[in-house]
Amino acid sequence: MSEKHRGDDIAESEDLGRKEELRRYLIGGAATILLTLAAFAVVAFNLFDRGATLLTVSFLALAQIAAHFHFFLHIDLWKSHRDDLMLILFTLLIILLMVGGTTWILFDQWSRMM
Amino acid sequence: MSEKKVLHPGLNLHATDPGRHSQAETTVFGFWIFLMADLVLFALLLATYGSMSAHGVADGPGPDELFELKMPLIQTLVLLASSFTIGMAMLHVKYSSDLQGLSLWLAATALLGLVFLVLEARDFHRFAVTEDAPPQRSGFLSIYFLLTGTHWLHVACGLVWMALLAVQTRAWGLASQVKLRLMRLGLYWHMLDVVWVAIFTFVYLFGVIS
Repeated sequence: MSEKHRGDDIAESEDLGRKEELRRYLIGGAATILLTLAAFAVVAFNLFDRGATLLTVSFLALAQIAAHFHFFLHIDLWKSHRDDLMLILFTLLIILLMVGGTTWILFDQWSRMM
Repeated sequence: MSEKKVLHPGLNLHATDPGRHSQAETTVFGFWIFLMADLVLFALLLATYGSMSAHGVADGPGPDELFELKMPLIQTLVLLASSFTIGMAMLHVKYSSDLQGLSLWLAATALLGLVFLVLEARDFHRFAVTEDAPPQRSGFLSIYFLLTGTHWLHVACGLVWMALLAVQTRAWGLASQVKLRLMRLGLYWHMLDVVWVAIFTFVYLFGVIS
């Protein structure tokens, strides 16, 4: 395999060697622990008012899920990973439609029964 | 393109074990489709929970009376640590290094998983018996037990799977299908942690805030 083809078909992120991959897991572990502690701290110490707390905590959860996908499940934006990214994005779309739809319908129905 | 290599999600073997890698591609991709379907299941359980925790409390205790922060924090840290240890085990799988290291990291993961299960089960017992909040008391409690119970069962299945693979690794080593099975177990375990992130945020933290 010649050098110029490398970037085309192989995500270099998968050819880092053991040391670099170990570093990735360590960074991932540290990042997820920090995000967890931050989320619990925001709630435990009542740092913001209610609305802002809900928003911050949701945002921290999304960030942590992204960190899990990136560091532990090895999903990134490399060209050769696009197929898998498609699968994940499609799942995300399904989840958004179904969760959003469910929530909308249930809350709407509840408000009509009141 | 002289040599087309396709990557699949998760840890890829092509650098250290090219023969196994081509085999892994379809297998692991198929497993990802299962994982994504599982994720949709959990998302819908969470959506139902979101509605029920607001409107389905009936005369039972609500999330703000039931939940506290200490236990979920410990459980989260335990599960996070197990995610890291199984990552270490996967590195041993990828680089086919010593079997002893692999079994040690797997054992650590299993132990952490077991601690998580025990803590969660104690919580279930506390709610259902001490707090008089069993699943049949209100819609909110039904879906709470269904959601966290489904996650609990997933972790338990993961532990059984892990035990079986530990036996297989001992019997056949890493030069067989066992390698691909271990990789799928790794993905499964990481995905359970992703689900738990959603649970501790939208169930426990949101419950304490409201």
